[in-house]
Amino acid sequence: MILTIAARELRTLFLSPLAWTLLAVIQLIMAYLFLSQLDTFMMLQPRLAGMEGAPGVTDIVAAPLLQTSGFLLLLLAPAVTMRVFSEERRSGTLSLLLSSPLSMTDIVLGKFLGVFAFFLLLLAMLALMPLSLYAGTALDAGKLAAGLLGLALLLASFAAIGVYMSLLTEQPVVAAVSTFGVLILLWIIDWSGGERAEVTGLFHYLSLQTHLESFLKGLFSSADLAYYLLLTLTFLVLGIRRLDEQRLTG
Amino acid sequence: MEFLAFPDTGQIIEHMDAKILISAEHLHRYYGHHCAVQDVSFQLAQGEVLGFLGPNGAGKSTTMRMIAGTLAPSGGRITINGTDLLDQPRRAKADIGYLPEQPPLYRELTVDEYLHYCARLHRLARAERGRAVARAKERCGLDDAGRRLIGTLSKGYQQRVGIAQAILHDPAVVILDEPTVGLDPIQIRDIRGLIRELGERHGIILSTHILPEVQATCTRVQIINQGRLVFAESMDRLQQRLAGNTLLLETREPADADALRTLPGITTVESAGPNRLRLVFEGDNPADRVAALVHDKQWGLRELALDRRSLEQVFVDLTCSEPPAGAEEVA
Repeated sequence: MILTIAARELRTLFLSPLAWTLLAVIQLIMAYLFLSQLDTFMMLQPRLAGMEGAPGVTDIVAAPLLQTSGFLLLLLAPAVTMRVFSEERRSGTLSLLLSSPLSMTDIVLGKFLGVFAFFLLLLAMLALMPLSLYAGTALDAGKLAAGLLGLALLLASFAAIGVYMSLLTEQPVVAAVSTFGVLILLWIIDWSGGERAEVTGLFHYLSLQTHLESFLKGLFSSADLAYYLLLTLTFLVLGIRRLDEQRLTG
Repeated sequence: MEFLAFPDTGQIIEHMDAKILISAEHLHRYYGHHCAVQDVSFQLAQGEVLGFLGPNGAGKSTTMRMIAGTLAPSGGRITINGTDLLDQPRRAKADIGYLPEQPPLYRELTVDEYLHYCARLHRLARAERGRAVARAKERCGLDDAGRRLIGTLSKGYQQRVGIAQAILHDPAVVILDEPTVGLDPIQIRDIRGLIRELGERHGIILSTHILPEVQATCTRVQIINQGRLVFAESMDRLQQRLAGNTLLLETREPADADALRTLPGITTVESAGPNRLRLVFEGDNPADRVAALVHDKQWGLRELALDRRSLEQVFVDLTCSEPPAGAEEVA
């Protein structure tokens, strides 16, 4: 049942030009970045060759590429998630789901998975670029896999936050702006140089970015994994509660 | 006598022993401090078509939404086909087909895609889906629209897709919120026929503010005003209520009012235009005696009819005045 909703969500995305445009734009920008990063690597290569424990192609090309795509997706994710619920409420189609024999959890998870599936597809296309380096270089597969996993987790939290924000309003644009606000805030929250160590530590922990960085370094730590899972789960539960509550408030 | 009386009395079967499909008890609904629905209770049995009437903003749609489970009541209980809607929403909702005021259509899907999606949402088995979709399309006259995009369909066709969606899974209870809005007269006739046909095996609630629609399709009528049920009766009882105690007589030659007045039962005779008289009677309907007199005196009978109050008048009486005497009849 969840998958039925997810499949329709994904299909609807691809029936609008939005999904195609997003894929094209991101692919174009990342391709440009990939090439320039590759250029840098070619320039550095002679010097790196002589160094002991020098950063490899994964560190110089793949990691920055994934990091940038994380930020780029932060800018574009709200455009995907904004209409998930607000559009349905506006056009009255939400009552179809609400009057069907589905639980609120089914509906929210279905929507979330639909969006997440789209993000994964995006990620798969991005991953093709660093993977193409396999042809001529010694790519660190483990490092790349960790990076991709980190990015996937990051996107899951984007999707959950976006879905929740979309539940709060009937206006897709308002949903997009508030999603964007939350994501940016969570991204930059550790920029504040606090005086007290414990406050800085908290902000540091809350930041979306710091946890991604350790994945990009090839570091798979359960703390980072837990952070993303908790964040995703929190917003999904909030979303389910919100949808249930909407039946009460009308 | 046969051209008067109450034509529908014999046709309406009493469903006293039929299965109760919907039972709503003391429904309340507040929007903030505003009370949209106040202490509404009613039941719907299998084989009934319940017409829900009321002016705009009376609480019709709110009540329908609560029964369909898309809106939670602030107080009260709803039981659908023996299952409590609030305790076991998933089981209860499996028995509901609901067409909201605004048909819940995805404009970017084709009719077939949309109906298949709805079939999946209602957990129909894969093998059953094709048949269910084909049947719903046939019933709603959508046979040749299957591959068209919903967004490009006319309002009437969209409405039909909405109805098809509501009856797709053959639910015990069908809730239709203003089903004939935007349809042309022929489509309206078809849909009314469909509603009557569905009403034989299912329980149907339909809301409308088109009064003849209620008279054409429903077996029971409820009128809601300012969130309260002000009138709830079966259609045949309503017909009796509407029958009134006035005859209209039209003759070719001017009739003698005094002669008519001498007929037993007739209390008042007044003019209602050239060669037309309005006869107020009490007790038995004296139409046969009137006809005999007109025949004897050779006035030339043109018309003799019971002057019915229209449902419209009842509706206006009930919704424009203070809570009327009819309120205590509400079960």
